[in-house]
Amino acid sequence: MSKRRRAQLIRWAVYALTLLGVGALALWIDWAHVQDAMLRPDLAKEQFPDILTKAAKNTVIFTVFGFSGGLVLGLVIALMRLSSIRAYRWFAVGYIELFRGVPALLTILIIGFGIPIALGSRIPGTYGPGAVALAIVAAAYMAETIRAGIEAVPKGQMEAARSLGMSHSRAMASIVIPQAFRLMIPPLTNELVLLVKDTSLLSVLGVTEATIELTRWGRNATNHSANATPLVVAGFVYLLLTIPLGRLAAMLERRGKQTR
Amino acid sequence: MTDTPSFAEFTPTADALPTNIAIETQQLCKCFGDNEVLKGIDLQVKLGEVVCIIGASGSGKSTLLRCCNLLEQPTTGRVLIEGIDITDPDCDVDAVRRRIGMVFQQFNLFPHLTVMQNLTIAQRRVLKRDKSEAEEIGRDMLVRVGLSEKVAAYPAHLSGGQQQRVAIARSLCMRPDMMLFDEVTSALDPELVGEVLEVMRDLARSGMTMLVVTHEMGFARRVADRVLFVDAGVIAEEGSPDQVLVDPQLARTREFLQMVIER
Repeated sequence: MSKRRRAQLIRWAVYALTLLGVGALALWIDWAHVQDAMLRPDLAKEQFPDILTKAAKNTVIFTVFGFSGGLVLGLVIALMRLSSIRAYRWFAVGYIELFRGVPALLTILIIGFGIPIALGSRIPGTYGPGAVALAIVAAAYMAETIRAGIEAVPKGQMEAARSLGMSHSRAMASIVIPQAFRLMIPPLTNELVLLVKDTSLLSVLGVTEATIELTRWGRNATNHSANATPLVVAGFVYLLLTIPLGRLAAMLERRGKQTR
Repeated sequence: MTDTPSFAEFTPTADALPTNIAIETQQLCKCFGDNEVLKGIDLQVKLGEVVCIIGASGSGKSTLLRCCNLLEQPTTGRVLIEGIDITDPDCDVDAVRRRIGMVFQQFNLFPHLTVMQNLTIAQRRVLKRDKSEAEEIGRDMLVRVGLSEKVAAYPAHLSGGQQQRVAIARSLCMRPDMMLFDEVTSALDPELVGEVLEVMRDLARSGMTMLVVTHEMGFARRVADRVLFVDAGVIAEEGSPDQVLVDPQLARTREFLQMVIER
C-alpha cells in the first residue's frame, strides 16, 4: 500500500469513528428532556427585554469602567515600569506580578468584602467596588501591553524629539505614546473582550438589582425557574458582545499590518 | 533643484555670541561598560565652519557626534556649545538642544504625523510659535529642500531621499545655530544620495556651522573646511580635506581611505 493510500485510509477511519461517536451521543441523549431543561422558548422569551436593558447594560457599564480605569492605571504602571527610578520600577513589577499571579476572583472578593471589613467603609458608587476591582486587575495586564507598545516604538523617535528640544515627558506625550497606542489597539481590543467576560466574576459580590450583570442574572433566573434556559440566554448575550469585538480586533490587526 | 536655495538667514551673527567657537569638547571620554569608545577627544568647531568626521565603523565617530548634544552622556570631559558647558548638571539641556539641529541615518521622521506636522510640532510645543507662523516657516523650509508639494504627505509615502530632506527641513525650522549630521546618506539607495548632499552643500554655502559624520569622501573633499579622521576613539589625523583625504600622513588613514575607495 502506498504511503498516500494509507494516509487516505486513516483519514476515512478517523472520520467514520467521529461520526459514530457523535451519532451514539445523539441517540443516547434525551433531546426532549434537554430542550425542556435548558432551551425552553417561553422562558427564553421571558428574559427579554430585561436581560438586555438591565443585565447586559450593567455588564457593559462594568466593562467600560473597568477598561478605562485599567487603561489609565495601566499607563501609569507601564511608565513606572520604564522609569529610570528604581523604586518606581520595583513597584510596577510588584503590582504586575501580584495582580497577574492572584486569581481575579480572589482580588474581586478582597476588594468587595475585605476592604469594607478592613477600612470600615466600602468603595463608594453603585458600580464602585466592582469597577475598581476590574480596573485593578485589568491594569496589570494592560500595563504589560502598553509597555510592550512603548518599547516597540523605535528609539530614534525619542532621540529625534529630544534633539528638537522637547523634554522627555513632552516627547513621550507627543511622539512616543501616540505611536505606541496605534500599535496597541489590536491587543487592547482583545483585552476588552477578556474584560467583558471577566465581569461575570462580579456575580460573586452581593449584587443588588442596580448592579446585576449577565451571569448573576442568569443564575438568579435559573434558581427562580429551576430551569437552565436563562443561563443559555445569558451566554448568547455575551456572544452578542464578544464576537463583534473580536472581529473588530482582527480587523484592526489586519489594517495595522497593512499600514506598517 | 535647479535654483540654489539660500539659507543665509540662519547664519548666527558672530558678535551676538560670547565666543566664535560653536562646539568644543575637552578631553571627552565615553565608555559603554568596559568598552572605551572615546578616549579623550579635543575638538573645536568654529562658527560657520563645516567639519567632516570620517573613520571606520566602531571608531567612535557617531558617539562623538551624539555627545555634542548629549544624546550620549559623556563619561568624563566637557562639551561646550557656544561657550556654555552643557555637561554641567545645572545646564538646561533642552534649551541648548533647540540651537543644535540633528539629522539621523534613519531619518526618524514622526510616522504618525504629516510632513507639515513633522515640521511644526516642535516649533509649536517647544518654541510656542502659533500655528500659522509655524506653518509659514515650515513651508519656507520645504521650498528650500525642494519638497513644497509634499506638505500633506505622510513619511511612509516619501522616498528615503525625500524623507531625509524633510528631516533636514524639520531641524532648520527651529532656526538652529549649528547642525549635526550622523551618516545621513548611509541608509539611502545610491541614486537618492545626491539630492540630500545637494541640500547639505547649499546649507554649508549659506554659512551654517556643520559637524558631519560621513562616508561620502567626495562631499567631504568638496564641502568641508576641515576633515577629522577618527580611529579607535581618538582623532588620529586632522587638517584640510586635501591634506587628510589626498595626502594622509598616517598609514592607518591611508589604509582606511583605500578601503572606502575600493568599496
